[in-house]
Amino acid sequence: MNTAFEKQDRTGPVLFRTYEKGSGLKKALSMERNDILDELRESKLKGRGGAGFPTSTKWMIVAAASDSKKYVICNADEGEPGTFKDRVLLTEYPELVFEGMVIAGYTIGADEGIVYLRGEYFYMLSFLEKFLEDMRSNGLLGKNILGKDGFNFDISIRLGSGAYVCGEETALIESLEGYRGEPRNRPPFPVNTGFMGHPTIVNNVETLASVPHLIMNGGAWFCEMGTDKSTGSKLFSVSGDCDSPGVYELPWGTTIKELLKIVGAENAKAVQVGGASGICFGKKDFSRSLAYEDAATGGSIMIFNESRNMLHVLKSFMEFFVEESCGQCTPCRIGNVKLLEGVEMIERGEFTFEYIEKLKDLGRTMQVASKCGLGQTSPNPFISILENFKDEIFNPREVNEAV
Amino acid sequence: MTMKTELRSPVSQRPHIIPSVKDRKGIGAEVAIELNGEKLHVQMGKTILEVCRENNVHIPTLCYHEDLCIAGNCRMCVVEVEGMRTLQAACAFPITGPVKIKTFSNKVRKARKHILDLMLSEHYGECYSCVRNNNCELQSLAKEYGVDGYEFGHVCESRFEVDRSSYAVVRDMDKCILCRRCVRTCIDLQEVGVLEAIDRGYDARIGTFMDKPLADVICINCGQCINRCPTGALHANDPSDEIWKAIEDPSKHVVIQTAPSPRAAIGEEFGLPPGRSMTGQLNTAIRRIGFDRVFDTNFSADLTIMEEGTELLNRLRKAIVEKDESVSLPQFTSCSPGWVKFIEHFYPEHLSYLSTAKSPQQMFGAVIKTFYANEQGIDPKDIVTVAVMPCSAKKFECNRPEMNSSGYKDVDYGLTTRELAKMIREAGLVLPDLPKSNFDEPFGEASGAGLIFGATGGVMEAALRTVYELVTGRPVPFEGLNINPCRGMEGIKEASVKLENCTDQFSFLEGVELKFLVAHGTANAKTVMEMFNRGELAGYHFIEIMGCPGGCIGGGGQPIPTSEEIRKLRAKAIYEEEASLPVRKSHENPRIKYIYEKFLSDGPCGKLSHKLLHTHYVKRGKFIT
Ligand SMILES: Cc1cc2nc3c(=O)[nH]c(=O)nc-3n(C[C@H](O)[C@H](O)[C@H](O)COP(=O)(O)O)c2cc1C
Ligand code: SF4
Ligand code: SF4
Ligand code: SF4
Ligand code: SF4
Ligand code: FES
Repeated sequence: MNTAFEKQDRTGPVLFRTYEKGSGLKKALSMERNDILDELRESKLKGRGGAGFPTSTKWMIVAAASDSKKYVICNADEGEPGTFKDRVLLTEYPELVFEGMVIAGYTIGADEGIVYLRGEYFYMLSFLEKFLEDMRSNGLLGKNILGKDGFNFDISIRLGSGAYVCGEETALIESLEGYRGEPRNRPPFPVNTGFMGHPTIVNNVETLASVPHLIMNGGAWFCEMGTDKSTGSKLFSVSGDCDSPGVYELPWGTTIKELLKIVGAENAKAVQVGGASGICFGKKDFSRSLAYEDAATGGSIMIFNESRNMLHVLKSFMEFFVEESCGQCTPCRIGNVKLLEGVEMIERGEFTFEYIEKLKDLGRTMQVASKCGLGQTSPNPFISILENFKDEIFNPREVNEAV
Repeated sequence: MTMKTELRSPVSQRPHIIPSVKDRKGIGAEVAIELNGEKLHVQMGKTILEVCRENNVHIPTLCYHEDLCIAGNCRMCVVEVEGMRTLQAACAFPITGPVKIKTFSNKVRKARKHILDLMLSEHYGECYSCVRNNNCELQSLAKEYGVDGYEFGHVCESRFEVDRSSYAVVRDMDKCILCRRCVRTCIDLQEVGVLEAIDRGYDARIGTFMDKPLADVICINCGQCINRCPTGALHANDPSDEIWKAIEDPSKHVVIQTAPSPRAAIGEEFGLPPGRSMTGQLNTAIRRIGFDRVFDTNFSADLTIMEEGTELLNRLRKAIVEKDESVSLPQFTSCSPGWVKFIEHFYPEHLSYLSTAKSPQQMFGAVIKTFYANEQGIDPKDIVTVAVMPCSAKKFECNRPEMNSSGYKDVDYGLTTRELAKMIREAGLVLPDLPKSNFDEPFGEASGAGLIFGATGGVMEAALRTVYELVTGRPVPFEGLNINPCRGMEGIKEASVKLENCTDQFSFLEGVELKFLVAHGTANAKTVMEMFNRGELAGYHFIEIMGCPGGCIGGGGQPIPTSEEIRKLRAKAIYEEEASLPVRKSHENPRIKYIYEKFLSDGPCGKLSHKLLHTHYVKRGKFIT
């Protein structure tokens, strides 16, 4: 079966602008590797997968490594609840993602790229494989790409099997190597010791997809958009109570309020920015801007209107983490269970404020003591929802202060 | 022991290894750090934990064990590193720059207490009904952090059924804190790999293949996982109740044999530092408990040497004189039941290379229920034989169905060092305060050769002393009979000795360079077997393999904790004791001469020996149905 995907009518400043297949790659291959790195540095492009690490730094470390084998991994695990922008990129703009990988390979001196594709995206596998095949026959992949002597690069696709934590880059590598998908100790970082022990860059789909445009138009052009610290644009996966859910490309720095207006959700009560592990903002915070330095997000925006019970929202997030923790480290494995129990206590009206404060404190320990980003961020909704919606959650009800 | 560089544990369980620069003056070798405000120069690449330990700064740990690779999963050891948003696991954080570390700031203390509270909230079990009471790392941390209540509730129902299927290891997963030391032990140290983390999130637990009971998987019963478990989640299958019952039954004649390693270690159970031999005191304690006779397993170790050594010479004769190409050489030792089960599972095609000699424990059992019973006029059915062993695999071994050549179970119960210590405590005895006493006759004397069986290389050393002398009529050409290449904690040791001026009977060995290899811990055994499969052991004659790191002194029934340092001290105690013994060669043990005269009169590997003292093995394979 060969599924074709119809490109929707999308417009946007970077990713959704028109692009001629192969042009970015062609230009990149005519450049010196260092010039590509300079361009990247100038653009101040940061990782779109959530952590926001400067992409140029990552690439530079691997480019400087002396290992004869290096890898480019495209993180297409897209497991964060409420995120679906990578899916759009992969199905509608695969040329951007794959060319981004080839450019990365050229820049750092790798000859192998791997796409770690979310298990649930199995349906697009044959389409993507076909696309790669076409790229090979057009000389965009394989040996001596676009006639560039000695530059070989190929891409393979591997499927995940449905664990959220496998989106964490070291767990992803562990999973690729055939082990249980569990985060590693960091350091070492993948840039030093990555896939099969070799220097590896792991980048989000969107990060890689930005690269060909960036090469075509230059780092300075990229910086014209967004804020000083968050340059360029971002894809937002908007879902929930709004008129037009979907994927939007907006410059960084857009406020929550502006975004709500665009998607038709001006009556929103709450916005969860950054997926389940993100922060939930109430009306008073809608003037905050979406940017790494303010309301950071890997792209997930979930909108809740007045009809939603925020405690239920919180409960479903915590249930998610209890299930998705890899179970390796103590704070996350047991901590999330305790937070969920706390939510259930509130639900039943059997709690003390003192205990809830204790749980928030526990959440703060989880944020600093967990082994990986999952446990470090899973208390975010607990802390932010109980804080920002305390009136709704604690007041309308008869609070039974049972001890 | 030297850790293998290639580990099978997933990398998530391993730290970043930065080779430390040996020459401390070299550029970049040292880095200036601040530890709790104190300025220090430390070697680059060391972990925060290592540096803290060197500087007497205590860091609580649970998943860390010095024999194992680093997991960084319990998070007990977190410390504050200036400039980093999150706390860092001291055990997993290599120092590569001028860091400033705080090990007990408010943030750190609070986090550790939280982590401990979380563990305790899920910990089902009470200390007073737990084998690890007073020797439990979780319990001592609870004390260290002044836990005086359950901050986040407490489970009040058991979540897991206790797995008592194995003769050796009991798994009580309600007490498991998921530190995964057992997993790393089983897979890296022992290369067995029957334990692994399964499921995720709250359901994560340590499991076996398809969640089968431990008796039905390829566990080799080595008990190394028990020795490294910080809690009571893993412990040995304790037969002491039944032993008490036998002692209290006047119709039973209860005989106990004690192996060399427990004596070198049991003092640790009574607060003594490692490496104090307790042989004489232990005999007294055992008598006071009420055992009818106490014998020395070293006697049957001597017997093993006679049988195994003769078997080797027979194989060599067949190969060299009769040019029989079907002879299996090199000969592998068979006295470690952990190793025996390992080869049965992993290399069943090579079982013919194993010596057919039973282990000293089983030989003694068989001798007691035949020769001894007859000499004393006791009906063997009324004799109960107990073996005090450093080993949990011995519990499985004595229950092997083929181990009953006398018509009775050779050994009725295998008792570990820890369990005997418990019986001694139950009897109200303070071991170190007891007077010394000797072993009982008719096996009252043993040679030093039998004694050194306890340490890795000991069997080889003992065998060489006898084989060399049988063949050449002269003692082994090593100063003071100490065959040093066999000694020490290196994973695989090898050496050779040339046979010259042989006696007439062994003239076929004239000029042969006897080559031997010694390995301990089944991970090293695997390396040896892989060498064997690649043909690299051609030309070797004799190979000693002990299932446990360090040999029996590091056995799965020995006092907890264990570390290479502790194992070295135990080994030292054994070698020191042996150097002072009057008889140091098995074949010179007068009791051995006596038994071959009076009982096994057709000599080593004779007919009766074959019936009583030799055995056969089972092709088990790796695949479980
Ligand atoms: C629990 C967890 C899940 C993650 N899931 C994803 C994911 O699905 N996709 C992704 O690109 N990054 C994910 N990340 C972030 C990655 O670890 C990594 O930072 C990212 O792939 C780096 O790429 P970037 O620099 O291009 O953002 C996740 C992180 C954590 C802690
Ligand atoms: S924080 Fe959670 S997901 Fe991450 S290593 Fe710990 S248990 Fe696993
Ligand atoms: S495992 Fe430790 S803490 Fe748990 S019951 Fe036993 S002694 Fe107590
Ligand atoms: S007894 Fe040995 S083989 Fe069995 S589980 Fe423990 S470490 Fe593994
Ligand atoms: S059984 Fe023991 S060693 Fe294994 S994970 Fe549990 S507590 Fe740790
Ligand atoms: S001892 Fe360091 S994380 Fe467990």
